[in-house]
Amino acid sequence: MADHSLSGQSSEAVGSAVVLSQSDIRRAITRISHEIVERSSDLADVIVIGMQTGGVWIAEAICRNLATIEPTVEVPLGAVDITMYRDDYSLRPVVTGAPTNIPVELTGKTVVLVDDVLYTGRTVRAALEALNDHGRPRRVQLAVLVDRGHRELPIRPDFVGKNIPTHISDEVDVSEDAVVVRS
Amino acid sequence: MKHLLSTHDLSRTDIESLLNVADHMAEINQRPVPKVPALRGKTVASVFFEDSTRTRLSFETAAKRLSADVMTFSASSSSVNKGESIRDTIETLSAMGVDAFIVRHRSSGVPLAVTSWTSASVINAGDGWHQHPTQALLDAYTITRERKAGNDLHGVRVAIVGDVKHSRVARSTTHVLTSLGATVTLVAPSTLLPNDVTAQAATATTNFDEVIEHCDVLYMLRMQKERMDHALVPDIAEYCDRFALTPARAQRLAPGALLMHPGPMNRGVEMQVDPNDVAQSRILTQVTNGIAVRMAVLFSLLGSGSASNLSKGNE
Repeated sequence: MADHSLSGQSSEAVGSAVVLSQSDIRRAITRISHEIVERSSDLADVIVIGMQTGGVWIAEAICRNLATIEPTVEVPLGAVDITMYRDDYSLRPVVTGAPTNIPVELTGKTVVLVDDVLYTGRTVRAALEALNDHGRPRRVQLAVLVDRGHRELPIRPDFVGKNIPTHISDEVDVSEDAVVVRS
Repeated sequence: MKHLLSTHDLSRTDIESLLNVADHMAEINQRPVPKVPALRGKTVASVFFEDSTRTRLSFETAAKRLSADVMTFSASSSSVNKGESIRDTIETLSAMGVDAFIVRHRSSGVPLAVTSWTSASVINAGDGWHQHPTQALLDAYTITRERKAGNDLHGVRVAIVGDVKHSRVARSTTHVLTSLGATVTLVAPSTLLPNDVTAQAATATTNFDEVIEHCDVLYMLRMQKERMDHALVPDIAEYCDRFALTPARAQRLAPGALLMHPGPMNRGVEMQVDPNDVAQSRILTQVTNGIAVRMAVLFSLLGSGSASNLSKGNE
């Protein structure tokens, strides 16, 4: 159904289209959670960190899923605010959510960095720099609910909820209820 | 917001935004490496025509933690001694490339005058009896964060004690705290009470012992030595007897109250008790918080759009 509403809407259509429904979003996050378990040799080394503000609720949902899939391991949950690391802070009004909260030392850990939409990759670059100030993770993996393309930096996601081709002028709105593309 | 000259430039929303941004800065200050690249490439000049320890070092530390470059100017070791005017000094530094001036001067209004001699941002770090806005913000930050009940101060009773009339700290802090809803009582002998108590939305009393048990925040001001030479305080012993924080008075503070002082303290004058012996003292917390608050001010002026854009919504 999500695929259906997508076709033919990317460039010329005017208006908005729901590309992921509430249940699509829930299933995508569940699948990402299972993939994280599959790909990590030891879940005890994993920490899930949501990017302020859009990635935080997804990170929370992933952590809840991980607790169900592997009840013996408690995977810590963090949040990272990248406001101070942006390369474009002087170009647009800066937004701040809650402060960074990273409950454990990151050195040696596998960090799963979580955001809602992957677009140019600049926010992820800033987040990588921010994580660096909290230690040296063994590796950092990137989980996103939506990959909309148009990368401007050599950054790729490890876990993707859904690839959505978009026009560069489209806007992608993500909430817990729906993912909507406006053109 | 381009300059920060007075607390009167700040709406309640602006104040709350700055306090919220300061939370982000406080988190940075707790890290093993307390430094972020936010103001990389910006140059901040601290231009102090009047002595200062904590305000200058606090501002310079704040700028460095945001990766700005810092130029330090002090009047005592500069060409001011050769007769260079303030205007020439500012224009000279400006020509070297400065993004923000942090200005302190013993005359009210100098920071405002500086804005007409440079295109850089200007932050008032204390001018005469007029204003000291970052002190007021760090006081508000300290009180709200110690109380852990958000930015609102409704119902909070603050007593500011000492030479209120000549104090830019009292003037600025009273304005910010009342803007957030606090009730401020100014406590001083009548010669040291300001003429505009009502305009400051405060009340005044000359009886310290009447208010000490009933305040949530006790804010002691420094008794400035030069005042004692004038007729304003004819007898320092009598002044201390009525307005100093003695061990006996400290005992009467409510257990949950906060004791604050902008520094530097005059031990044996207004502070006759060692603050380290007073559990309610937050005097060093004020100093720590000062860095986070000044980082928030610098970032809001130099790093982004206006302060009111800061904590709003998404993208």
